[in-house]
Amino acid sequence: MTSLRAFIVTRLLLTIPMVLTLLTLVFIIMRVLPGDPVSAVIGMKASPEHIERIRRELGLDKPLWAQYVDYLSNLLRGDLGRSMIWGRRRVVDEIWDRFPATLELSIAGFAVSVAIGLLTGTKAAVEQGKGSDVALRIASIVAYAMFIPLLGMLLQLVFGVYLRLFPVAGRKSPIIDVPKITGFYLVDSLIAGNISGVVDALWHLALPSITLGIVLSGIYTRLVRASMLDVLEEDFIRALRARGIPEDSVLYKHALKNAFIPILTMMGLQFALLLAGAVLTETTFSWPGIGTFLVERIEYRDYTTVQGTIVFYALLVSFVSLVVDILYAYIDPRIRY
Amino acid sequence: MLIALLRDYLKRRPVDTILTLSGTAIVALIVVMALAAPLIAPYDPYVSVDEALLPPSPKHLMGTDNLGRDVFSRVVYGSQIILVVVLTSTLTSMAIGAVLGLVSGYFGGTLDRAISVIMDSIYAFPGLILAIAFAAMLGPGVMNTMISISVVYIPTYFRMVRGQVLSVKSKLYVEAARALGASHGRIMIKYVLPNVLPVLPVVFSMNVADAVLTEAALSFLGVGVPAPTPDWGFDLKNGQRNLLAGYWWASTFPGIFIVILALGFSLLGEGLNELVNPSRR
Repeated sequence: MTSLRAFIVTRLLLTIPMVLTLLTLVFIIMRVLPGDPVSAVIGMKASPEHIERIRRELGLDKPLWAQYVDYLSNLLRGDLGRSMIWGRRRVVDEIWDRFPATLELSIAGFAVSVAIGLLTGTKAAVEQGKGSDVALRIASIVAYAMFIPLLGMLLQLVFGVYLRLFPVAGRKSPIIDVPKITGFYLVDSLIAGNISGVVDALWHLALPSITLGIVLSGIYTRLVRASMLDVLEEDFIRALRARGIPEDSVLYKHALKNAFIPILTMMGLQFALLLAGAVLTETTFSWPGIGTFLVERIEYRDYTTVQGTIVFYALLVSFVSLVVDILYAYIDPRIRY
Repeated sequence: MLIALLRDYLKRRPVDTILTLSGTAIVALIVVMALAAPLIAPYDPYVSVDEALLPPSPKHLMGTDNLGRDVFSRVVYGSQIILVVVLTSTLTSMAIGAVLGLVSGYFGGTLDRAISVIMDSIYAFPGLILAIAFAAMLGPGVMNTMISISVVYIPTYFRMVRGQVLSVKSKLYVEAARALGASHGRIMIKYVLPNVLPVLPVVFSMNVADAVLTEAALSFLGVGVPAPTPDWGFDLKNGQRNLLAGYWWASTFPGIFIVILALGFSLLGEGLNELVNPSRR
């Protein structure tokens, strides 16, 4: 176990330069790039005194290095500043209000993509070289080239407008009342024992998570296919078959379990794609998560909130890649170096 | 010569050859559409030519949008902006990323470590969100969209080229060249670069496919190419408000073309990849 601990310490130390680089990058984007944030925020009409006052308030009148020091020290204290519009709430609170919605959608979308990937990948591996293998390969390329808003709109059109089976926007029906405990409607309804709340949450989650899931599934299809083909060549599979274990059990119980390790590595890399995909899915389905929030605040030129949200994304990505690496080292001891 | 080569490929790897060919055909058709837009488009894409939201008909193949503009004409002209933006930005990323990768991998040391950390961090960050941040701060516009997209893909080329350089650097012929007194520049261009070149078309076309989706996404989110320029991503967004009332054509057609273009480049990259370095199966 000492080696796992050593790995975690090394990995933690490696996270520091990554976080620092990303935070610096955000600083450069927000402060150094041409374009004055303040006049961008309040528009050209504002009086010079007004602009000056806001600049001072945001600390933009200081030299760049001092701004950078302020920025990092505020972050260390967990302070992302205050929104510039609508009650000037703390950006951290604003993000925290919306993060559960994004996480709920991401987890559901991820589950859909892995489920599709496992089913189609195994099928393609078993029928290697046949027509269905080729068809699934083409389907995975199409999924990769799919534009999330288009797929979302087509699903909205068919299942929402024509068939009227699913809602096309939002997280819950207005008549459903869910107590706010965790912010995850599904979990909160379960805790409250509100069955219609659970159904309502799932019902709203259906189209967005299927959209996100289909688009991300392409990579899993190929990955599962490739690693299944590798595993199926191994001796223990032949041994299982020789012992007369039913083929289904060989495939889904033994082979798939072993094919899972490469899929796990991919999950860390996929997380960035999942977040980016969630931004588009959220805006297409008016899903009230951080993606919609970011785009909305860019439109209102809420400078501090935009900066805070991007910083949040940077921290989230670093954190998740850290966790996935540690998990991976825990599951597969060969990875610890 | 080319035909004989094709026939040979078609026999040995039929699926990959067909994928490559159909990808090439899609890309070629859209390039022709962009170049010949004034000849193909029946109407001016910028002005209202008929009533708003007319369904597809022989007069308006893809109907009209909420301002009475011909959707087909906007789709045809829309190919221009997306191709220009996407190809320019990807070529820029390739140039910057390849030079950085070459220098960084070749010289190694602290410089290499510093550049690698920066590139790995950018690579780990969701590309679209990075592009959104850049585009939001730079403001809407064609040039700014190109900058925002090219930043995202620099690490892809950096990592690939650097990896190649590291594997070639210790080869005997490079050491021989150095022993003979060849300059760093000469070694890089003459001995290292040729090893990198064969992989570039594959990475490039996969990258363009991705960049197509990023460009469309930036326009869709309102931080890309500004109105009234015909742009597929923007038109998809613009049509969404009428979609739920059943006016599907104003958004669906531009959206389908985004996917077709991305698909063209993906198929091309996918097929090329298998033909250039065939996997075991």
